Amino acid sequence: MKLVPLIFEMSREGRCGYSLPALDVPKVDDAIPADMVRGSEPNLPEVSEVDVIRHFTNLSHLNHGVDTGFYPLGSCTMKYNPKLNEDVAKLAGFTESHPYQPESVSQGNLRLIYDMEKFLAEVSGMDRVTLQPAAGAHGEFTGISIIRAYHEHRGNKKTKVIIPDSAHGTNPATATMCGYRVVKVESDERGGIDLDKLQDALDDEVAALMLTNPNTLGLFDENIDKITELVHSVGALCYYDGANLNGTLGKARPGDMGFDVVHINLHKTFSTPHGGGGPGAGPVGVKKELIDFLPVPLVDYDGEKYYFNYNVPHTIGKVRSFYGNFDVVVKAYAYILFNGPDGLRSVCENAVLNANYIMENLKDLYYLPYDRYCKHEFVVSSKWQKQKNSVRTTDVAKRLLDFGIHPPTVYFPLIVEEALMIEPTETESKETLDTFISVMRQIAKEAAEDPDFVKSAPHDTPVGRLDETRAARHPVLRYKKD
Amino acid sequence: MNFPDDLLYSEDHEWLRVEGNRGIIGITDYAQEELGDVVFVELPSVGEEFKAGDNFGVVESVKSVSDMYIPVSGRVVEINEDLDGAPELVNEDPYGKGWMIVVEMTDPEETSDLMSASEYEAFVKESE
Repeated sequence: MKLVPLIFEMSREGRCGYSLPALDVPKVDDAIPADMVRGSEPNLPEVSEVDVIRHFTNLSHLNHGVDTGFYPLGSCTMKYNPKLNEDVAKLAGFTESHPYQPESVSQGNLRLIYDMEKFLAEVSGMDRVTLQPAAGAHGEFTGISIIRAYHEHRGNKKTKVIIPDSAHGTNPATATMCGYRVVKVESDERGGIDLDKLQDALDDEVAALMLTNPNTLGLFDENIDKITELVHSVGALCYYDGANLNGTLGKARPGDMGFDVVHINLHKTFSTPHGGGGPGAGPVGVKKELIDFLPVPLVDYDGEKYYFNYNVPHTIGKVRSFYGNFDVVVKAYAYILFNGPDGLRSVCENAVLNANYIMENLKDLYYLPYDRYCKHEFVVSSKWQKQKNSVRTTDVAKRLLDFGIHPPTVYFPLIVEEALMIEPTETESKETLDTFISVMRQIAKEAAEDPDFVKSAPHDTPVGRLDETRAARHPVLRYKKD
Repeated sequence: MNFPDDLLYSEDHEWLRVEGNRGIIGITDYAQEELGDVVFVELPSVGEEFKAGDNFGVVESVKSVSDMYIPVSGRVVEINEDLDGAPELVNEDPYGKGWMIVVEMTDPEETSDLMSASEYEAFVKESE
């Protein structure tokens, strides 16, 4: 693989990739006031069509994705995205429908939204679900906004949201965006919430607890019943961050654990494309006390037809144009249907099995801070490598690139030093897991025998180690001629 | 690693230099080493008031973003504006040019809750 030149470097004066028909109407020169016309031509690359195609095709070959290799990025659930999802979403009835169509000719789409809400409510143990939020963090914002509206409606002036120290960074950001002060609660030595510290943090100013379960250590909180009971005892609500739902799917439901609000990442648990591969979707489910605060419209059925219901008394309003990322919802709907309940349960079982298999095979060489069965992911540390040979997690991650493996999530959660957060997902074969294990073991060996080799990795990628510090301190964000 | 004797230290890895009722605050050599190359520092405004233990700023490195916690209560009277253009000072000179803020302490007795250099050194060793 070699680097691809910038498209600006391919530019040759006068070269062009299009041809417009001759002007067949009178030319207008004064339509734009002279003082608003730019003085010089914009600096755009002058290239032919084939130049453009080759440039972007070659660039795309430098990408790493779930379609090209293993991607154990913890808490991101980078599972394979079945192509059947795409086939279904491409059906003309979906692609050629328009959100402004009357309800009478949108009955199929409405039914899909209606059914999907039921599926997600069943999976999460909630009473109703909105499909509008466009991503996980957007789901959090919607969920905490609902909680805020609920407390305000009851006349309670709440000011705080409790978040454990293992939480995703989006949780405190969400609470702050919704006007709450964040109170951090520490984890105990088992990796769960410290109950005494939670108790100390609770008072009638607390609006909610935001919790991911299994948490970012991949550990299911053993005290979850007690936790939600404590939170409810001061009139606060429990918010479930569904980022790690893959670790309990079909086995345990947030609603049964005592949670009042849940967001679900369709682009994680339900196999729709992730990140640059397509927009996400972060549906939010609520218990019945909170239904009246959901975004509008909901989709209901009157016995004859499906319709948009805008009659939600205390709605927080719309959180997204139209009805959310509908195309993403279609893909997740297909995934749920072709898996069925038993299939979804086996998704969870295999995700958990795969994670434990890797963990057991690495824990003699990488420090494992919480040595107990994990769910869908686990966190190890390069602490031993750092102490003995000054090889850090960054170096281990960079060396993985030489083997065509996307590194795990690094330096997160913050409560584990030199953290490597590994989530293999259920879609990987035993052979892929074994390859990863042997590569990680080889890197540990290299770290001991030839630490400089690991510290200077990657060696086989189109570019070597980037100067991330300089890039962050002095970012160059656009191309400038000369 | 360097832990000057004339400073006081917190468990959150901030240092405090007491000059009368003024306290100069920064992060320790250990903290900057753990963070790696610092790329951005967010400081409070002059005049803001904090209680001991409050989050008073954010330090961002290539690998993480961390809150900083103020070791004593007080009102901010100076901030290190040089860090805006040269965050690397935190790595190069954590106890000197890499200082963060100066506060007017409201409760100087709080300093008795902080650690001495030798206590802090033992604390760091223990947490490794």
